[in-house]
Amino acid sequence: MDRASITLLSPLLILSGTIIVMLLVIAFYRRHTLSAGLAITGVIAAGLSIPITWRFTPGSVASLLIVDRIGLIYAALLLFATGVVILLSYAYLKKQTVQPEEYYLLLLLAASGGLVIVFSRHFAALFLGLEILSVSLYGLAGYLRHRAFSIEAAVKYLILAAASTAFLLFGMALIYADRGTLAIDQLNLAHAAAQNAPEILLLLGVGMLLVGVGFKLALVPFHMWTPDVYQGSPAPVSALIATVSKGAMFVFFFRLSQGLPIAVHTSFGTTLVLIAALSMLAGNLLALLQNNVKRLLAYSSIAHLGYLLVALIASSSLAAAAAAFYLTAYFVTILGAFGVVSTLSGSERDAEELEDYRGLFWRRPWLAGIMTLAMLSLIGMPLTAGFFGKFYLLSAGVGASLWILVGFLIASSAIGLYYYLRVIITMFSQSEPEDSLAPLALTSSFPGMVALGILMLLLLWLGLYPAAFIGLIQSVLQVLG
Amino acid sequence: MILIYLILWLFLGGLLAWLVSRWSTVWSRRVALFTAGAQLLYLLGIWLMNLSRPNLASSGAWLMEVDLAWIPQLGIHIHLGMDGLSLLLILLTDFLGVMAIAASWKEIQYKIGFFHFNLLWILAALLGVFLALDLFLFYFFWEIMLLPLYFLIGIWGHENRLYAARKFFIFTQLGGLLMLVSILGLYFVHGQNTGVYTFDYLQLLGTSMAPSTGMLLMLGFFIAFAVKMPIVPLHTWLPDAHTEAPTAGSVILAGLILKAAGYGFIRILLPLFPDAAQQVAPVAMALGVAGILYAAVLAFAQTDLKRLVAYTSVSHMGFVVIGIFAHNQLALQGAIVIMLAHGVTTGALFILAGALYERVHTRDLNQLGGLWSTVPRMGRVGLLFALASLGLPGLGNFVGEFLVLLGTYKVNAPVAVFATLGFIVATVYSLWMVQRIFTGPNLAGWQIPDFDRRELAIATLMILVILGLGLYPQPVLSTSQQTIQSIQQLTTREFHFLSDHLDHQGRAAIERVAPGRDLWIGPA
Repeated sequence: MDRASITLLSPLLILSGTIIVMLLVIAFYRRHTLSAGLAITGVIAAGLSIPITWRFTPGSVASLLIVDRIGLIYAALLLFATGVVILLSYAYLKKQTVQPEEYYLLLLLAASGGLVIVFSRHFAALFLGLEILSVSLYGLAGYLRHRAFSIEAAVKYLILAAASTAFLLFGMALIYADRGTLAIDQLNLAHAAAQNAPEILLLLGVGMLLVGVGFKLALVPFHMWTPDVYQGSPAPVSALIATVSKGAMFVFFFRLSQGLPIAVHTSFGTTLVLIAALSMLAGNLLALLQNNVKRLLAYSSIAHLGYLLVALIASSSLAAAAAAFYLTAYFVTILGAFGVVSTLSGSERDAEELEDYRGLFWRRPWLAGIMTLAMLSLIGMPLTAGFFGKFYLLSAGVGASLWILVGFLIASSAIGLYYYLRVIITMFSQSEPEDSLAPLALTSSFPGMVALGILMLLLLWLGLYPAAFIGLIQSVLQVLG
Repeated sequence: MILIYLILWLFLGGLLAWLVSRWSTVWSRRVALFTAGAQLLYLLGIWLMNLSRPNLASSGAWLMEVDLAWIPQLGIHIHLGMDGLSLLLILLTDFLGVMAIAASWKEIQYKIGFFHFNLLWILAALLGVFLALDLFLFYFFWEIMLLPLYFLIGIWGHENRLYAARKFFIFTQLGGLLMLVSILGLYFVHGQNTGVYTFDYLQLLGTSMAPSTGMLLMLGFFIAFAVKMPIVPLHTWLPDAHTEAPTAGSVILAGLILKAAGYGFIRILLPLFPDAAQQVAPVAMALGVAGILYAAVLAFAQTDLKRLVAYTSVSHMGFVVIGIFAHNQLALQGAIVIMLAHGVTTGALFILAGALYERVHTRDLNQLGGLWSTVPRMGRVGLLFALASLGLPGLGNFVGEFLVLLGTYKVNAPVAVFATLGFIVATVYSLWMVQRIFTGPNLAGWQIPDFDRRELAIATLMILVILGLGLYPQPVLSTSQQTIQSIQQLTTREFHFLSDHLDHQGRAAIERVAPGRDLWIGPA
């Protein structure tokens, strides 16, 4: 490894270094605040190294990873999400009885796995990153060992993720059998598909790959794990699963799709359209009856990944920018929503029932305000980031003449209104919540409020003046093509 | 920049009212009243100043305009412009806003600061809608209108408020999303034609497109505006929303939100899609007539006072639809006058209903009756606005409806005939309403306090406005005249009749070919 490669990989290396340091520290001196502080320092340091790495891009490392500007932007996004989750987890774990130090270890491991996925240009790298991410998430999902839901979530996730990874591996093997290479940019899939009779091995391989990817992205029909895992995991972990794991996989899939035959008339394109439409519809329909906020957000995230797929299918430069913006807006929104859930959560249970939020605005206005903003962003109401995201997405869809998908997008958004509004109006309701539920947290901790404050400001900034961020995305993507 | 400040003034006023309510609720109300009232006086000043200026006759000019880049990469600007029509509607906005705040003085006792925050933000969003010259900005403000109104209905409304608020939001949002797709479609069509991707209204005018594309894009806008107008059969959200809303909410809904749809038709739909609008005009006018008659019949059948007034709103809006799609200067003038007059009339009726509800705690017409003896002032005011609603000459509604009918008759006589029936049915439900509430024996033995000074002041101001519109509508007509001419020039389409261009023999020839009918011709 030469000096250039080390510089290129510095975010990843810094993160890994932090993990090793933390391992040693925990072995000798077990202290929650120290671990959390180390974790956040590592994340911030990795984030700060990105502008330094910027100047050396693009460059590939060992033919496994490619560190280009778009990858760095997504890496920054992932690190931001991880940092926010660390801040939120600190307050959350203080109320729990489990040993918290290993939690941060697993968090950082998950983040590093996500970074590897974002930078990967080789199936082997993808698999490495995916496994690091997944195994960390198994541990994180089941971290609250004394809660039955938590263990159930972890076991469910383990089994289903393992099965989907098996599909992924098989798909990769089939593609290798057909193409003879595992490097993504050398696959020449578009060329192969243009021959109008793609070989069966290739079709099967790509199909199986899609199963694996679809599971991680929680797309219909690979979505069944999502509500249970989101509900059972501790709230900050749900936030992590919703953002880092989905975001990383989406970036990889985006890279892959640059060379895939996803024009709508091909079989693959039709499959994607079907998946997108079903995800949008199913995600919103299933959320209609939910009274559990975590499950509601899980179904909502299924729908939002369906929306994101529209940008993927549109596959124009406008669509690439739209996807990047929407992913950012989605990250900020979901982190905000889950952040409120985790801030309100108590030691016995998470604040997951809708009843917990009844009249929240009159008791804790700032928390309810952030939740309202998050809900509005998910609806796509102006002044929030989600509005521009949805608008950008619709532009991409209309620009590529994907009328069916645009229709589904609109119909699903209308359906989604119902349950988002229900959450909002419950928070503004004039009645008090029932006393039969176990008590929740009464005070908020400082790190949590800092995280939520940053998220709220970002939500509003992206919603009111997105030009700066859009300019950044577009300038980066010009290089990509 | 003044236009931006106008909108910001209301936004900030709302925030201030909310903050102040922590210390004093009365001051919260006063801040809100001052915010809307000061702006009303300022706009009145601007209007009066411009009325006396002789060069108001110059066409295509904006009284005020501002254009700032917002997201230049996507072609989105903060482009606001005010001309005669927008000025009139903004005046209506601030006027009804002041009335609504005044009418809620005693009615709203819960979370007063937040109430006024929502109210002022709706007004600010309405201002944005009326001033926007960038389609994205138009959609932006169109959507912002929704949430504060949802809160207004959902928190301070009556028994069935959550259902009504939800229905209102979903209907309107769905329409709005369809409009967004149309806006994006227009954006891309224009971009592909000229290479310039922009949302600017003035630049998008005259975009050439295939007729089928134009029709589809126009339909997106049409549905969005039709939901809000409302045009039968997309009107079902309105009775619930108007009934369950608090008084201020009903006033704003009926008086302003519906007008935003009318404004959208006139400003956005007609100039951007002239051909498609011509094609859909017969259908739209038929729906308008259907709305007038159907809603009037339903109004007559109501036992809930506010629901009755809500249906009369649908009925009056039918006239506006006819006026807009008649593609005729007179009818368009009439539509604008109806929008203004109806805003005041229905606003007054809702304020009356709210005042009644505060006193008797029921809206059920079967329980009311014979109230004239105990509340003569309310009776007089109610009778006057009922007469206005049915189109009595001398009051504003008549002027508008008459102009609409006059203009429509030339274009589509059957529609005009059926619409005239609207006068009759309006008379039925208006007098029915007055009779049920005020006249007859006071069987229930109601003894209630009459209008106090505040309510009397509100009523007086509204009476003055409606009388002014009815007796001396010329200032309004000349203010909006410029807009209508500007719209004609902007679209480079002329609405005219063949007979205008023919001499006596030519007209005779036409008479032989198509007897009894004048030919309306559009662009060559």
